[in-house]
Amino acid sequence: MALPVAFFAVFFAWPVAAIVARGLKADGTWRFGRIADVVTQPDIRHVLWFTTWQALASTALTLLLALPAAYLFARLDFPGKRLLRAVVTVPFVLPTVVAGSAFLALVGHGGLLDQLWGVRLDTTVWAILLAHVFFNYAVVVRTVGGLWSQLDPRQEEAARMLGASPLRAWRKVTLPALGPAVAAAALMVFLFTFTSFGVVQILGGPTFSTLEVEIYRQTSEVFDLSTAAVLTLVQFAAVGAILVVHAWTVRRRETALRLVDPEATVRRPRGAGQWALLTGVLVTIALLLVLPLAVLVRRSLDAPGFGYYRALANGDGGTFLVAPLHAVWTSLQYAVAATALAVVIGGLAAAALARRDAGRLVRGFDALLMLPLGVSAVTVGFGFLIALDKPPLDLRQSWILVPLAQALVGAPFVVRTMLPVLRAVDARLREAAAVLGASPWRVWREVDLPMVRRALLVAAGFAFAVSLGEFGATVFIARPDNPTLPVAVARLLSRPGDLNYGQAMALSTILMVVCAAALLVLERLRTDRTGEF
Amino acid sequence: MLLSLDAATVRFGGRAVLDAVGLDVAEHEVVCVLGPSGSGKSTLLRAVAGLQPLSGGRVLLDGRDQAGVPAHRRGIGLMFQDHQLFPQRDVGANVAFGLRMHGVARSERDAEVGQLLELVGLPGAGRRAVASLSGGEQQRVALARALAPRPRLLMLDEPLGQLDRSLRERLVVELRELFGRLGTTVLAVTHDQGEAFALADRVVVMRDGRIAQSGTPLEVWQRPADAFVARFLGFDNVVPATVAGTAADSPWGKLPVPEGSAQGARTLLVRPAGVRLVAADAGLPCTVAARTFKGTHVTVRLRPGDGPRLEAACALRDAPEVGDGVGVEFDAAEIVVLD
Repeated sequence: MALPVAFFAVFFAWPVAAIVARGLKADGTWRFGRIADVVTQPDIRHVLWFTTWQALASTALTLLLALPAAYLFARLDFPGKRLLRAVVTVPFVLPTVVAGSAFLALVGHGGLLDQLWGVRLDTTVWAILLAHVFFNYAVVVRTVGGLWSQLDPRQEEAARMLGASPLRAWRKVTLPALGPAVAAAALMVFLFTFTSFGVVQILGGPTFSTLEVEIYRQTSEVFDLSTAAVLTLVQFAAVGAILVVHAWTVRRRETALRLVDPEATVRRPRGAGQWALLTGVLVTIALLLVLPLAVLVRRSLDAPGFGYYRALANGDGGTFLVAPLHAVWTSLQYAVAATALAVVIGGLAAAALARRDAGRLVRGFDALLMLPLGVSAVTVGFGFLIALDKPPLDLRQSWILVPLAQALVGAPFVVRTMLPVLRAVDARLREAAAVLGASPWRVWREVDLPMVRRALLVAAGFAFAVSLGEFGATVFIARPDNPTLPVAVARLLSRPGDLNYGQAMALSTILMVVCAAALLVLERLRTDRTGEF
Repeated sequence: MLLSLDAATVRFGGRAVLDAVGLDVAEHEVVCVLGPSGSGKSTLLRAVAGLQPLSGGRVLLDGRDQAGVPAHRRGIGLMFQDHQLFPQRDVGANVAFGLRMHGVARSERDAEVGQLLELVGLPGAGRRAVASLSGGEQQRVALARALAPRPRLLMLDEPLGQLDRSLRERLVVELRELFGRLGTTVLAVTHDQGEAFALADRVVVMRDGRIAQSGTPLEVWQRPADAFVARFLGFDNVVPATVAGTAADSPWGKLPVPEGSAQGARTLLVRPAGVRLVAADAGLPCTVAARTFKGTHVTVRLRPGDGPRLEAACALRDAPEVGDGVGVEFDAAEIVVLD
């Protein structure tokens, strides 16, 4: 318990405190009026307004498109379901810059739609909304579908026997049981889109800017650190509020539902309605999730003889100090270090949280752990930038800075993956081992470890994928001569010329392949589908 | 005494789940704690095992206070209510677990496990997966696992609770025989009186964290300590009465009681066998409200003109139809005046 607390104190709480001080303290005095000053600026108000409504719109659109798929995965059985489930999940672990480039290749200047019909969406909000759906489709399908597949259909049958029509039975029995899961998923999507950075950075152009993008712009272009700090605080407060509501809905979801084996609730589609639904969902997935990635790959191959890929190996483009391909190696090194950190910190925290006698304080830490996830990578990166640049902790020159930030973002995923499994270990199984003569340490090794080994691997995989694709924090603190993959992609995209564009596509493809491979390995390991991610 | 509880108390919140319980178990004795759910019997086992710290009092093993001795050093075996077999290990590894924890060498372990599985009637089942076992087989494996480290005291929590009736009746006989043969000291808890009476040398009835009665199965059955114990044992004809000499004034009129019964305001237990059905114009007039076929006899529920309902037992061929009017006479030998 002590180690995770110390870790979060030094690398999260302290940077946040530094941000607060930077934003609200001038010449040694506190000036809380700064918040009102900044928030009432017209362009900032515009940013706040846009951030909120695009998040609401993205959430609504995602629910609309993904809920039918949740039903499909929960209740219907069809060939290729496993594969389709994996396909749906791939976008969620893809780096935001990959999604950004993919949608750029689909709807942007010279993109597929531009070539075919002369349609361009990259200057409209639609590109952003569609990219958000692309990302969060899996969140809804997995959280809602996971629960839905385990709801006992006999409950609905009982309602039918008591005289309810099918629709009424669904409305009165299934919907209320599903409600909290839908709410939790919607809040999660809202949170992710509210703090969206990479997608908006790439697709938003100069017109559209979320809070995250604005924080980054204020820091790296305007160099107004105190405004950036105030904006970070506003974001912090908003995210905190969302997380509190989320924690509450999750707790409600856990209450007293009778769950059954998902295998027992599925059946073949029947009737025109269900077949139409299946077709509709398949078409949506093909157009929205598969097509952008296919176009991305296609684009990266535009130059003859893998030209863009070969160009990645040359360092003479002037964009970088090193060959772009070097970023692959850098990213992998960082990701391994970040994964190790995240697994140790997150694993220890999860073990402490899972103890049944954990007090209120410890359980409060649970919610706190989610903060870095929601509080957005940009906050973490910005905080590192202004907090860890002077003694006693001057890490600016150290390579460990990037893995530390990525571990901070990845650790909550580790906790989320491990915690349900650790909690599911029956306390009496541990007691049985103790009564048979096992010391507490042996109990952990003999009872807990064999059960969580798989979850530990899954958690490590998630942490790996997260840190590989991490963009928001890394872009602040990665050294110019040592960019990670996502940072390199963003930098290539920000420069004009076909070669840079093509190289960005090629690098994104590489990143996508690595992440998708990691995910497919995870899918094979994963046994429960009720996890939150 | 192998095990002594001295005013053992466990409080959850403000509520005493175990309330100053005193209990002794001698070596080779089989003691069964009997009580309804929520009476604190499982907490009693957990307190002895060291899984539940005491709020007050002491647990002594061989005369030594166990305060501060963790569960894994007490040398007690506990068979859990739903067995709690380790799902990721096979049968043999489950049984061998305690031996491994005690550092027994592999070869010795294997031999021991083989013997134990034979003992519980599952020879050669060592490689089977736990998930493939039936309820009765799981129960046997759990027993073998608990016996393996040779605990000085074996505790059983609802040992046969989840099994079906015929299996339960067979296993209880097997257990009794096994414990007798091995000389195991056993403390078991159950809510099933049949199980307790069949298994135990001594029965302890618990109510709300206190001990309501302790004695041999026969003593408890013949002379329940109070109305609670009587009702818990399944007797329904329990009424307040005033005893004078060999007669008692009850809601059912004057009833005969055995000589030497306690006098004054008492509680009266009338066993169903002591309620004799006679012709409608004799004795206490009643209407038959319901009858239940019990295999060897029929239980008849009677509604008297006055007073609470009465339960009677009679032979199948003598049983009246529902709605019949009958008379009732009482047999002093089947009536107990409770203290």
